[in-house]
Amino acid sequence: MSSDQTPPAVNDVSTQEARMGEGTDDRFNSTLREAFGSTPFILTKFDQFMNWVRGSSMFMLQFGIACCSIEMISTYAIKHDLDRFGAGIPRASPRQADVIVIPGTIVSKFAPRMKRVYDQMPEPKFVISMGSCTISGGPFQEGYNVVKGAEEIIPVDIHVPGCPPRPEALVYGVAKLQERIANGESSPVTVKPYELEQFGDLNQDELVQHLADEIDEDELVMRYNWEDSP
Amino acid sequence: MSIEKPSSPTEIGVTDDGLDYDALAELLGGHVLDRESHVNAEGFVIRPDEVQEVLSTLKTEAGFDHCACVTAQEYDDRYESIYHLRKYDDPTQELSIVVPSPKDDPHNQSAARVYDTADWHEREAYDLVGIDYDDHPDLRRILLPDTWQGHPLSQDYDQSQPQIVTLRENANPLQEDRRSEDDPDTMFVNIGPHHPATHGVLHVKTVLDGEQVADIDPDIGYLHRCEEQMCEHGTYRHQIMPYPDRWDYSGAGIINEWAYARAAEDLVGIDVPEYAQVIRTMSAELCRITGHMLALGTFALDVFGDFTAVFQYAFRDREVVQSILEDLTGQRLMFNYLRLGGVAWDLPEPREEFFEKTRDFLDDLPYKLEEYHDLITGNEIFQMRCVDTGILTPEQAKAHGATGPVARASGVDYDLRRDDPYGYYDELDWNVVTESGCDNFSRVLVRMREVEESARIIEQCVDLLEQWPEDDREIQANVPRTLRPDPDKEIYRAVEGAKGELGIYIRSDGTDKPARFKIRSPCFSNLQTLPELAQGEYIPDMVASLGSLDIILGEVDR
Ligand code: SF4
Repeated sequence: MSSDQTPPAVNDVSTQEARMGEGTDDRFNSTLREAFGSTPFILTKFDQFMNWVRGSSMFMLQFGIACCSIEMISTYAIKHDLDRFGAGIPRASPRQADVIVIPGTIVSKFAPRMKRVYDQMPEPKFVISMGSCTISGGPFQEGYNVVKGAEEIIPVDIHVPGCPPRPEALVYGVAKLQERIANGESSPVTVKPYELEQFGDLNQDELVQHLADEIDEDELVMRYNWEDSP
Repeated sequence: MSIEKPSSPTEIGVTDDGLDYDALAELLGGHVLDRESHVNAEGFVIRPDEVQEVLSTLKTEAGFDHCACVTAQEYDDRYESIYHLRKYDDPTQELSIVVPSPKDDPHNQSAARVYDTADWHEREAYDLVGIDYDDHPDLRRILLPDTWQGHPLSQDYDQSQPQIVTLRENANPLQEDRRSEDDPDTMFVNIGPHHPATHGVLHVKTVLDGEQVADIDPDIGYLHRCEEQMCEHGTYRHQIMPYPDRWDYSGAGIINEWAYARAAEDLVGIDVPEYAQVIRTMSAELCRITGHMLALGTFALDVFGDFTAVFQYAFRDREVVQSILEDLTGQRLMFNYLRLGGVAWDLPEPREEFFEKTRDFLDDLPYKLEEYHDLITGNEIFQMRCVDTGILTPEQAKAHGATGPVARASGVDYDLRRDDPYGYYDELDWNVVTESGCDNFSRVLVRMREVEESARIIEQCVDLLEQWPEDDREIQANVPRTLRPDPDKEIYRAVEGAKGELGIYIRSDGTDKPARFKIRSPCFSNLQTLPELAQGEYIPDMVASLGSLDIILGEVDR
C-alpha cells in the first residue's frame, strides 16, 4: 500500500468496508471476499465443504467401451473441452479416478472386468452412464450377449440418454452430477442382479454342475440369468 | 486414367469378360460335387475332407490369394461353411467354395493351413455356429467367453438359458520356456481390456522376455454385441440400416451403410440414381477423413503419450467434418443416411451454404496437413519410433487377409473403390495411395495421404453436385415398401471401408428378413497380423504397431 493514503477512520466503517473500500489495494477485492463478508473465515459443515470440493474437481477415468466413447473423447477434446467444468483430464488408472463414465455397450465377457475396474476406484466414486446401451442395452437389447444396462452391474448416478449423446449432453450430465455431489446427494440404490461371486457359492443347478470341471471353487464368476433381465 | 491398374499375368479361368468357371471346375476335377450360382460368383460344393486340397490348388494354380471371409451357417438339414475367395490383383474375380457338413456331427477340414486368415474366421464359425474344424491349429472360442454354453447362431440355441462367465487370472503360456541360462524367465503382461492404448476393449496377452515381446495373443470379444443376429432380426428396407453405423464407429458410418446398401441392392437388383451416387461418394469420403483423423489422433496419443497438440488438432479437424456431416445427415456420428436405392434426403438448403462450408474445409486442409506433417511425420523422434518398427511384409499381409491402409502400406495395391468399382468413383480422378515401407510409419503416412485423395474426391463431387440440373436431382430409386428377395439367393459384396474391405454376405429365404447376415470386418483380419508385427519388438513398439493397425473394436467383435 502506498504511503500517501490516509488510513480510513476505524469508527466510521465496517470491517468489510475497511477491507474493500476505496484506497485499499483492490487486487484483493475478490468476489470471494465480498461473499465472505467481514472475516476471511467461512463457517460451514466440513461435509458440505468436502462435497463442494469434490464436485468442483473431478478426476475422470479414461475408460472407453464402444461408439459412445468417440463422442466422449470429443467432449474432452478441443471444442467442448470438459476441463472447463472442473472435470479434469482423464486418468488412466482407476485408482486415481473418482468418476467413471461408462460409454458403451456392456457384453457378458466385459461385465466382470468392468465391475473389477469399478471396484478398484477409491471411495467416494460416481458413475455416469452414457448412451442408451448403458441404460437398457440400447439398440442391442435383444442380443444374446448384451447386458441390459450398466445398472445390472454397478450403481449409476446419472444417465445420459442418446445414441450417442451429443457432447453437449454429456457436459450437461457432468454438470448435473457436480450439482448432486455438491448437494451431498448419494447415488440411488439400485438392484444389481449380476454380482461377482465365487463359483463355489453359486446354487448347485444343472449349469453349475456341468461347469464344475472347468471352473475352480474359489474362482470369481458372474452368473447371467437372462430370463430375469428386463 | 490414373485409376487404371497394370494387368496381371493370365491365370486359369481368366478371360476378358470375367472368370470362366468351367475352366476352374475342370482344374478341380472330381472335387467339385455341385455348382451353385451366387449373385456375386459361382459356388463350388466340395467334400468336407478335401478342403485343404481344393483351396491350395486354387491358391497356387488359379491365383486366388485372398480368402476374404468364411461364412458359416446352419440349414435345416446341414451345416455349411463358405470360403469367399478373390484375388488381390483383381477382386472382381471371385469364387465361393461351399463346404457342407453333416447336421449331427458338423465338422470339416480346416483351411487355416492354406490361408492364415482362416484361423480366426474358423474360430468364429466354431464359436457362433458350432462347426468343428479338423486340423485347426487352435480351435477355441474367440468372441464369447470360454465357459459359454451353446452356439448362439445355431438353430436350437436358447437365448434365455443362464450363462456363467469367469474372471480368471491369465496364465503365462511360456512359463516353462527357459529362454537362456542367465535369463531364465519370461514375464506375462495383460494389456487391456481396460487400457488406454488398446483403443477400446481389446485384451492383449503379452509375454515379455526382458523388454521384448516373446509371445502375443490378442483376445477379442469384449464388445461382441451380436450385430449379425441384430441384422438377421431386422427387415431389409429400414431396420438394418442403423446397425452398420455402429460397426466402425470412428465416424466412418456412411461407408459401413454403403456396404450393406451395396449388398442388398445387388441382391434385389435396385439401381441407384446417379445423383444419389455422387452424394454417397462425397459423404463416404467425408467419413473416411473423420475415420483417418481419429486414427491419426489416437496414434499420436499412443506414441507421444499425452493428450497434446496432435491429438487435439486431429479432433479439431474432425469436428469440422462432423459438423458438415451433421448438416447433411442430422447426426454427428450415427448418420443413418443411406437408404436402399439412394439416400435419405437431398443436400441441406441453402445449398450454397453447404457447398461453401465444405469448400472452406477443403481449402484449409492442405495447411492443416502440412502442420501434421511438421508435427508428426517430420518429427525426428517420431521417425525414430516408427520407421522400421512393426514390419508387415506384403506376403504376410496377404496371408492374413489384411486390406485397407494396412495392406497398402505394405505395398499391396488393393483398393475396392478402384478395383471393384461402385458408386461414382470410376468417374472421378484420384489415386490409390500405396507405400512400400511396410512399417508403422508407412501406415500412418498412407492414412495421411489418403486424406488428401479423399479431399480431391469430395471436391469433384461438390463441383458435380453444384452443377447438377435441378429437375434431375433424384435421390432415391423406386423401392417397394417391403423387400422380399427370392428365396436362397446368396451374395457377398464389399466396399472399401476406412479400414479396408468391408464385406457383407446375405442369404435370403423369401421373407423380408435375411436368413443369414455375415459381416466381413477389415479390422478383424487386420488385427490378426499383430503377432507378425510385434514378435521380437520392444513393448512400446508393440503399442505403436497396435495403434498403427487402427482397429475399431466394434468392428472387430461386431
Ligand atoms: S448408445 Fe448407441 S452410440 Fe452409444 S455405445 Fe450404444 S450403440 Fe453405440
